[in-house]
Amino acid sequence: MADLRTNFIGVRSPNPFWLASAPPTDKEYNVVRAFKAGWGGVVWKTLGEDPPVVNVSSRYGAMSYNGTRIAGFNNIELISDRPLHVNLQEIKAVKRAWPDRAMIVSLMVPCEEASWKKILPLVEDTECDAIELNFGCPHGMSERGMGSAVGQVPDYVEMVARWCKQFSRLPVIVKLTPNITDIRAPARAAKRGGADAVSLINTIQSICEVDLDLMAPTPTVDGQGTHGGYCGPAVKPIALRMVGDIARDPETRGIPISGIGGVSTWRDAAEFIAMGAGTVQVCTAAMHKGFRIVEDMCDGLSNWMDSKGYTSIDQFVGKAVPNYVQWEQLNLSFKTIAEINQDLCIKCGLCHVACEDTSHQSISAQNVDGVRRYEVIEEECVGCNLCAHVCPVDTCITMVTQAPTGPRRTWKEHPNNPMSPNFVGEAAE
Amino acid sequence: MADLPDIAAHRLSADALRANFGDAEPPLTDAQAVVEANRCYFCYDAPCIQACPTGIDIPGFIRGIATGNVKGAALRILEENIMGGTCARACPTEILCEQACVRNAQEAKPIDIGGLQRHATDHLFDAQIQPFTRAAPTGKRVAVVGAGPAGLACAHALSRQGHEIVVYEARAKAGGLNEYGLAAYKMADEFAAREVAFILAIGGITIENNRALGRDLQLGELTTQFDAVFLGMGQAGVNALNDDAHPMDGFLPAVDFIAALRQADDKSTVPVGRRVVVIGGGNTAIDAAVQSKRLGAEDVTLVYRRGADDMSATTAEQEWAQTNDVRIKRWARPARLHATDGAVRSVEFERTKMGADGKLTGTGEFFTVDADMVLTAIGQTFVPDPVTRDANAVLELDRGRIRVDADHKTSLPNVFAGGDCVQGQDLTVSAVQHGKLAARAIDRLLRS
Repeated sequence: MADLRTNFIGVRSPNPFWLASAPPTDKEYNVVRAFKAGWGGVVWKTLGEDPPVVNVSSRYGAMSYNGTRIAGFNNIELISDRPLHVNLQEIKAVKRAWPDRAMIVSLMVPCEEASWKKILPLVEDTECDAIELNFGCPHGMSERGMGSAVGQVPDYVEMVARWCKQFSRLPVIVKLTPNITDIRAPARAAKRGGADAVSLINTIQSICEVDLDLMAPTPTVDGQGTHGGYCGPAVKPIALRMVGDIARDPETRGIPISGIGGVSTWRDAAEFIAMGAGTVQVCTAAMHKGFRIVEDMCDGLSNWMDSKGYTSIDQFVGKAVPNYVQWEQLNLSFKTIAEINQDLCIKCGLCHVACEDTSHQSISAQNVDGVRRYEVIEEECVGCNLCAHVCPVDTCITMVTQAPTGPRRTWKEHPNNPMSPNFVGEAAE
Repeated sequence: MADLPDIAAHRLSADALRANFGDAEPPLTDAQAVVEANRCYFCYDAPCIQACPTGIDIPGFIRGIATGNVKGAALRILEENIMGGTCARACPTEILCEQACVRNAQEAKPIDIGGLQRHATDHLFDAQIQPFTRAAPTGKRVAVVGAGPAGLACAHALSRQGHEIVVYEARAKAGGLNEYGLAAYKMADEFAAREVAFILAIGGITIENNRALGRDLQLGELTTQFDAVFLGMGQAGVNALNDDAHPMDGFLPAVDFIAALRQADDKSTVPVGRRVVVIGGGNTAIDAAVQSKRLGAEDVTLVYRRGADDMSATTAEQEWAQTNDVRIKRWARPARLHATDGAVRSVEFERTKMGADGKLTGTGEFFTVDADMVLTAIGQTFVPDPVTRDANAVLELDRGRIRVDADHKTSLPNVFAGGDCVQGQDLTVSAVQHGKLAARAIDRLLRS
């Protein structure tokens, strides 16, 4: 049985599954339910200065896909709208009652030294384990110069991180906004400011859908909408890339990362961990299905680790990072082509029409004695994987590695590359 | 009393009858339809389309349901099959489109194409959308004989092209077997009549009821009075059990029993035996047996002379009968009927087997099933007289039915035919296709 315990910048939790700073962690009642369900830790919903913010009614939008609900989710809720002292009291009570769980407090106050200097001791008094700086919230708060408005300016990220390290003994996690061109810049800034870790991604600026009757973006508030923060399964690919970029960047390599973005299952979590995350944070999946999803997350991760021979989480943290390379490092002599298992084929023809209409015309459609038959034209197949993705039958179409077309050669060495020492000039074919 | 045959109405309460003759399969809810529609793979050159006698673009209309374009879905269906609503309810999809579904190969569970087709067409009917308009009048007139699926499909398609249509129907109502022959629980809530009204709403179609070819009008007259004629009169005859089965109370063709049931506004008024025997192995036999049971018959036995695989009723229909507590006895053929005081009391059957020569033979073993009512469903026949007895217009036949070519043209110019009066599958969906193809040929002819 694998050991799921984690020690992330000195913060211990029984498993790597934390609830992200969001509505599920807004108050004692929810957090106690989460801990009872088995969550390893929580990042308490972001605290700000009094008087508290005011939230709108009608807060969430969602994108369904082919009848599946909440493929993507967005929200226009702001930070905690409860008085600061109420949150602080509850945090202290919960941490005392659940000392083995990670208790992180998310913070967002104006980008002024005095504001941070004032709130940090109050937070420290709760005996929480760490703080997370909300530099990511992309709606509402950013209009007031907070949240992603800070996260988008590396100098501010560095400055605030430094204040927090200066005025508090608590470990500091900087939560990054993805609404930026190069995620490495704020991550480097956080590191320069002394942050102990980064967490990412916060939500992505989004409009989930347009209500075609009201002619307004959803969620609508009295007939109008505003952009929100996008999250849920649809954002996972974006988040994985950003986590990987930080994990492999020479300047930030090794900085602890708490991975966030569409984590719904143990497998998602394993992927984030393999890309460099030490813990993961979950929100949308819990909001969709309730806290008990953590049971299968722990169980599934543990069983998968057993099957791979991993006995602890740290054995595979970042294990995929060395294989996450620049395009120019890929071997252009590698070749793979599609193979259709005719015994599994159900004759839907999707591979054929996808290849015929949109790719390389390398799957033929035949009719053999009245039976439809689809066959790969090997000499035309470029190994793009499209057919394998559209095929509705698992393992019916597999991509089979072929003998390499030559010695390993990347773009850097390729004769078609004018920057290559092997460049053969314009006449080259 | 025990000696009298027990045939009675009012066997079940009004509530029980309402439940028994309501929808056999409830319509899909909006949510169910979207989930089911999203199961469709949208196959390339989809096999379900090829399996549909009317060639409905099935993946195309299902995609409309998935995306919320339900009106578009309905139009895609009706464009190929104006009786898509009836076919959604009555088609043996398990041997047509759904049998061809690639999901069978993957998980032995095809898309519920019938259910989705009903969802789409119901939407159009419920919204009372009339999507069809007529082209400019051509001044051409076409006679259609028979207001069943073939005739109405032909009439509608021709009306769209701007022709004027007169439909002559032998019965009091239009709809043909949709109105008189299909089981009531397949066509709940007067669906046949609503569909006829929908078809006629396009205009340009006049129906003259109680006008039978050969009795009230002659084919020769029609060919001179109209620019073209379409014959879709179906099958007026039923096969007799045997030559010496003389009339007796409680002994009647299943189609008559079903027609009476379909036409009864109050099903409780339809008499049914306590013990019913149905003879036959087709869908009519199944429908008669199940409806007897649902009217309140205590014991219903369906007897067929061959095995399960030989029955023309599909496996799904046979299972439907069995789950309705109909006892199916196979490999037995009727030997004689026993009557008392002119009323049937029992049927004597001889067990059968397949002989070494591949022919069915009796085994010499007999058994008797007591019956208050015996319904025969051993096939219907085309009565050719109306198209062979009028010296002014005699049609060639093909194995007892009207001979037609690929355009559904008969041996006479300007006379076309389709539906059960020509060779084919004898299904609503096939009849609609015949009417559609004939209408195209007639339109070409009238414009030439």
